[in-house]
Amino acid sequence: MSARAKTALLQLAASAAAVALAFLTGALIMLLVGVNPLAVYSALFEGVLLNPYGLAQIIFKSTPLMLTGLSVAFAFRAGLFNIGAEGQMIMGGCCCALAGFSLKGLPWLIHAPLCIIAAMAGGMLWAALPGYLKAKRGAHEVITTIMMNFIAAALTNYFVMARFHEPETVHTASIMPSAFLPRLAALSSFFKGSPANAAFFIGLAACALAGWLLWKTALGYEIRAVGLSPDAAAVSGISVARKTMSAFLIAGALAGLASVNFVMGYKHYFEEDFTGGAGFMGIAVALVGQNNPAGVLAAALLFGALSHGTLVINALVPKDIVLILQALLIIFVITFDGIARRYAAANFGEKA
Amino acid sequence: MSLDGIFSLALLSQTVRISVPYVLAALGATISETGGVVNIALEGLILTGAFCAVLGSHYSGNPWVGVMAAMTGGIFVSLIHAVVCIRFRANQIISGLAINILAAGATKFFLKLIFHSSSNSSRVAGLPHWSFFGLDRAPVIGAIVSDSLILAAALLVFASYCLIYKTPFGLRLRAVGEHPECAETLGVSVYFMRCAGVMLCGVLAALAGAWLAFDQHQFSADMSGGRGYIALTAMIFGKWNPLWAALAAALFGLAEAFQIQLQTVGVSVPTQFIQMIPYVLTVVLLAGVIGKSRAPAADGKPYPGEE
Repeated sequence: MSARAKTALLQLAASAAAVALAFLTGALIMLLVGVNPLAVYSALFEGVLLNPYGLAQIIFKSTPLMLTGLSVAFAFRAGLFNIGAEGQMIMGGCCCALAGFSLKGLPWLIHAPLCIIAAMAGGMLWAALPGYLKAKRGAHEVITTIMMNFIAAALTNYFVMARFHEPETVHTASIMPSAFLPRLAALSSFFKGSPANAAFFIGLAACALAGWLLWKTALGYEIRAVGLSPDAAAVSGISVARKTMSAFLIAGALAGLASVNFVMGYKHYFEEDFTGGAGFMGIAVALVGQNNPAGVLAAALLFGALSHGTLVINALVPKDIVLILQALLIIFVITFDGIARRYAAANFGEKA
Repeated sequence: MSLDGIFSLALLSQTVRISVPYVLAALGATISETGGVVNIALEGLILTGAFCAVLGSHYSGNPWVGVMAAMTGGIFVSLIHAVVCIRFRANQIISGLAINILAAGATKFFLKLIFHSSSNSSRVAGLPHWSFFGLDRAPVIGAIVSDSLILAAALLVFASYCLIYKTPFGLRLRAVGEHPECAETLGVSVYFMRCAGVMLCGVLAALAGAWLAFDQHQFSADMSGGRGYIALTAMIFGKWNPLWAALAAALFGLAEAFQIQLQTVGVSVPTQFIQMIPYVLTVVLLAGVIGKSRAPAADGKPYPGEE
């Protein structure tokens, strides 16, 4: 077996061990408070994986996570840490809803794509400033994107409350039906009662496209080169500032796109906290998915399943156990991943 | 009511009350990052501190036990950050985010199990008030100078400054934050110093949480409400110096208090714009428009580094 294959196998084993240990620790916590973990886990398994509604909910819940995960992973390939997916998703959702309810009388074929573009543009806009500050001023993107998250939340909150809110509610007006994304339930009765919608296919397409962009195009090659070593990339004639900016804009567009699942496919309006923390969870998804699109897809499905699981197990144990499980998963993944990488570097001579 | 009613003692007392958790958490972050460990787990530490404070005083009936419990909780949660980031050299930002999720989940989990509510705990008594020379009976400021946690916070600002800049411990801490290889060569244990920094941060941020809990006489879900991140901006704004960080924290507190006072006299500034101030200022600062704020050189970098 080649050193590279051995390393990949070892990393996969490390991820599996991390998942197992997270569930084991979760079980210990449940035992400690006198809850039978086996009952909880089997309810989780049955409620989520063994019934059509559960599967449809996984699709619905994993769609935004896929896109925010992809956003974080894409930026990570350029050596950038995008903590700002949350804010970018919020701005994307706001722009998407704005285009959705203010443009009237357009056919679906024009209106829906316009709203999708608006969502991407909103995310891009919010990623542009941290990207610029990183590329031109060397400002650390972690701090600036955290700040941009809070500014996005406050700003959209102001606009929704002061300008665009529907009387008696805390959300904007509904978008036009010409901007609705079709529900999967319209395609097959399998998805009956679930808000799963066509945004899932947008997510899948984005995964494929991101993979193609990163590994099959010159831009992707240059972005990865900058991520591996900015100095080496600069010496070989790649503009580090430019690639940093491009990577940030694409990451922003992906995070903005994550909002269409809710705004165009589910509630058809913008409201505060509609993200449900998907922007932050995207960081965990990218991490567990090893920053590659196929991994992100798998991790998004896992996190989507856990997220739906909160409803299934709430009768047995406080549903917040799922947050604990997700946090433990992240902690074990980063710990084990480092151990595996160092072991591989020392024993197979492979730098992963 | 005239506008000068705004610049009153009420404004001062409101500013102090809002600033205390910012100041305490910002001091913690400053100490941790001086040693080279980025700690964005402040939010989780505040929640942990608040919950443990309520738990401790709920079971013992003594708020001081609550304070001890908060500090213990802070140390315990910091231990996770230390093991993951220092021992296993994992990414400090991701660990911090995970701890924030963990604390949010765990506090709500135990809130439901212990207090059978998904929103708040039962009521607990606050800390007893000191009385120096009857000062506690002075109007408005009496409540400030007689509150033990406010006094502790004020003392801790100077204590943190002295710790970092006037003691051998502080010198070593700064050394491992600036140049860990060099410090190790001189016989300073990078592991030990960084762990100590992270633990101190845990204690201080947990105290911030205890203050919140005693101020509101209860724990409520997600009561940290982004304060950990404001403390983080105060640290950056204060250029990683405890005195300046505390001043920045007080400034952000003043802005919020000012907005509340404006509202009471009927001038309404949208809350959202006041809330944005610390974040916008930090972005502007990082853009290099108003001077430079520089982190310790090895801040966020694991030791030993990857080859």
